[in-house]
Amino acid sequence: MSGQSASGARRSGADAASSAEAPVVEARGVGKVFPGVTANAGVDLAVRRGEVHALLGENGAGKSTLASILCGLYQPDEGTVLVDGRPVTLRNPRDGLARGIGMVHQHFRLVERFTVAENIVLGDRRQPLVLSAGRVRSAMVELGERYGLSIDPDARVGDLAVGEQQRVEITKMLYRGVDVLLLDEPTAVLTPQEADALFTTLRAMAADGKAVVLISHKLGEVLAVADRVTVLRDGRVVGAVAADATDRHQLATMMVGREVDLSPRRAQSPPGVAVLDVRGVSLRPPGRPARLAGVSLQVHAGEVVGVAGVAGNGQRELAEVVAGLRAPTEGTVVVAGRGTTGRGARAARGAGLAYVPEDRLGTGLAPSLSIADNLLLTRPLGFFVDRRTATADARCVIERFDVKATGPAAAVRGLSGGNVQKVLLGRELSDSCTVLVVASPTRGLDVGAIEFVRDLLDERRRGGVGVLLLSEDLDEIRALADRILVLFEGRIVLERAGGDADLTELGLAMAGAGA
Amino acid sequence: MNDSAIVLTLAAAVAAGTPLALAALGELLTERAGVLNLGVEGMMLLGAVTAFLVGDATADPWLGLVTGMLTGGALAAVHAFLSVTMRANQIVAGLALVIFGTGLSTFLGQPVEGRPLTARITTAAVPVLADIPVAGRILFQQDLVVYATWALVLAATFYLTRTRAGLSLRAVGESPATADAMGVRVAATRYAHTIAGGLLAGAGGAYLILARVPSWSQAATTNGVGWIALALVVFSSWRPLRLLAGAYLFGAALRANFALQAAGVRGIPAEVLALLPYLLTIAVMIGLSFSDLRRRAGAPAALGLPYVRDER
Ligand SMILES: Nc1ncnc2c1ncn2[C@@H]1O[C@H](COP(=O)(O)OP(=O)(O)O)[C@@H](O)[C@H]1O
Ligand SMILES: [Mg+2]
Repeated sequence: MSGQSASGARRSGADAASSAEAPVVEARGVGKVFPGVTANAGVDLAVRRGEVHALLGENGAGKSTLASILCGLYQPDEGTVLVDGRPVTLRNPRDGLARGIGMVHQHFRLVERFTVAENIVLGDRRQPLVLSAGRVRSAMVELGERYGLSIDPDARVGDLAVGEQQRVEITKMLYRGVDVLLLDEPTAVLTPQEADALFTTLRAMAADGKAVVLISHKLGEVLAVADRVTVLRDGRVVGAVAADATDRHQLATMMVGREVDLSPRRAQSPPGVAVLDVRGVSLRPPGRPARLAGVSLQVHAGEVVGVAGVAGNGQRELAEVVAGLRAPTEGTVVVAGRGTTGRGARAARGAGLAYVPEDRLGTGLAPSLSIADNLLLTRPLGFFVDRRTATADARCVIERFDVKATGPAAAVRGLSGGNVQKVLLGRELSDSCTVLVVASPTRGLDVGAIEFVRDLLDERRRGGVGVLLLSEDLDEIRALADRILVLFEGRIVLERAGGDADLTELGLAMAGAGA
Repeated sequence: MNDSAIVLTLAAAVAAGTPLALAALGELLTERAGVLNLGVEGMMLLGAVTAFLVGDATADPWLGLVTGMLTGGALAAVHAFLSVTMRANQIVAGLALVIFGTGLSTFLGQPVEGRPLTARITTAAVPVLADIPVAGRILFQQDLVVYATWALVLAATFYLTRTRAGLSLRAVGESPATADAMGVRVAATRYAHTIAGGLLAGAGGAYLILARVPSWSQAATTNGVGWIALALVVFSSWRPLRLLAGAYLFGAALRANFALQAAGVRGIPAEVLALLPYLLTIAVMIGLSFSDLRRRAGAPAALGLPYVRDER
């Protein structure tokens, strides 16, 4: 879904970059070693003016390290960085900025107590010794109009939403006059709509002759917005390709280093009896618009039902009602023949329901507890906790799901996103459940992990579990669902069979324009 | 009227608050850069003893003041080296500074213990203003250092809120990683403001001996003013104008004998009131050790944290 609208604008900027011109910034044979890890080895990268250049790779591939070297934050252990064809030594970000290279870090570099305007002028030596607010303001208005970045200069940065903070970051760099902007996984914190707006901004920058380096591990957005793609794996460059001469499959294979199968998977056998029956469920908080209005659906054994919808249209509420976390105002929920409406999560679980919430570290797992303790959370506990079995269970999950962790005692907080999701899935799927409710299970994961999770859900389906899959990501829904429902403003507005669902039709329905 | 007990007490409070204000202003600048220097007492003592020695030898109090500032600054430079370059624990480094400063000033002051100082900073009434009833007596029949303190406080306010360098300073104290990414020199900023803090602490110590205490005596010179200065920075929420007001308030408490007589209060022993700044200081120090309280009091977010670029 994300990135589709920006793709139309693509390429217009690429024409501006003639291949004869020297790359505006280039890495040659760059290597960087951290204690115990080789983050970059022999990396070559050439970025030209007027292009959006994607740096693609799985988590830990060395993308952030390379970008940090290019902006002067890190010094390479070997190799050279060239700007406009000349070798340079960037000792710190100040040198980088002086040469027109700026970076928007994944963890924003903003002073939360400062206003937007203060953040923007920080460190800018062109400012007069005594600051005046007027100059910044007019420049901000101009940049805002040109690139679609509007922000209130007087707002305190700590009060802004992440999407706005990101706009401050970008404005800050543009105000400093960078020619090369490196963005480290900028869409990780954005909604699909915000991501689309960002892509429009990036294309506008490229059209202005700037070079944009977009770091990502999401194939869809890379194909939608980039002109060229350099793929990193284990700190090395696997290849550099033009975006219109490649496809998802090729990129995924380069990124992961083996064939990955992201093709859609459907039920092999006809669905069995209904294991989840939701009837006329409404959720009307007093004095506010209804979150859910008369939702009815059934999930059968051995079937995946996908519920698509833009965030805020009731998916979260639906999942929580089904999982017993919320009592609906009207309607009933029946799990495997047992009425569980409003009887709490324990009753739903007792009836055979497992729930993988979208908010993995908030609702799904207890971040500061160990893997073993997190696995215990949903087990019936006696008076004493049986440590030995818990540890053995944790070992089992770690092994079976290939979780990268130091052991059962590792705190969940310290794991990477993909591994957190594996622990959560490990807990929810190893129970003998009949109904599985999963929300955006592959959000934020890299390709290898996405394949893994999809395989797992498919395997459960074949084992006769009824799966309710809720997501904003149509790719995710279409890859797995046998039936697709679209939720808009708390109502089901469209139902299609998984095989022949049309992307445009679904997208329109999600936006409330369909049916 | 001009010589009423209250007016005299207030005038004394301003004078007593001045060394406190100087040292605390220095610590404020240091802390705004994210460096915690608990060694104020040490820097003040060393500033005081060197100011005494030079003032005594040259019979020029101003030369003494400058010397005191420089030695305070030098000691602060050691702290900057330990905490910025070596990334040592700043609390430990600061306490080491106190021990070192105290020890060295005992050693230097031994030969002159109890000796009176004749070269002194004397009152310089401001023409015209000094004749204003009440306020003139309280504020404008003081010495040059008192007036200079006001100028410094105003300048610091302006510097922090309005200038480019002040913005960079605050950013370094709030989020050194951000400042670094924006091209601000984090280490240089921290060094500069830690040393500036030392210069002011040294000035505070020097002023004590040059204007307030009649003769050199290790124990009676600073009287723990350096510790109170640390608490004062917190009370001021890291703002210079509030800090000055607080300094005069504490100055009044330090002159408790006067104050009580002036207020005509009987029954409360003056010692209890004189103890108040110290008790408050202890309370503030304990409170400060809780990071949550620190944040709510308005402390720079990166206070006491070394900055390392290569770390995640
Ligand atoms: N400052 C650092 N100290 C130690 N190891 C690091 C540091 N930064 C990155 N690494 C390691 O280097 C490798 C590459 O990391 P990174 O560049 O962040 O990858 P990516 O951005 O592609 O996810 C990882 O194994 C990571 O753990
Ligand atoms: Mg990264």
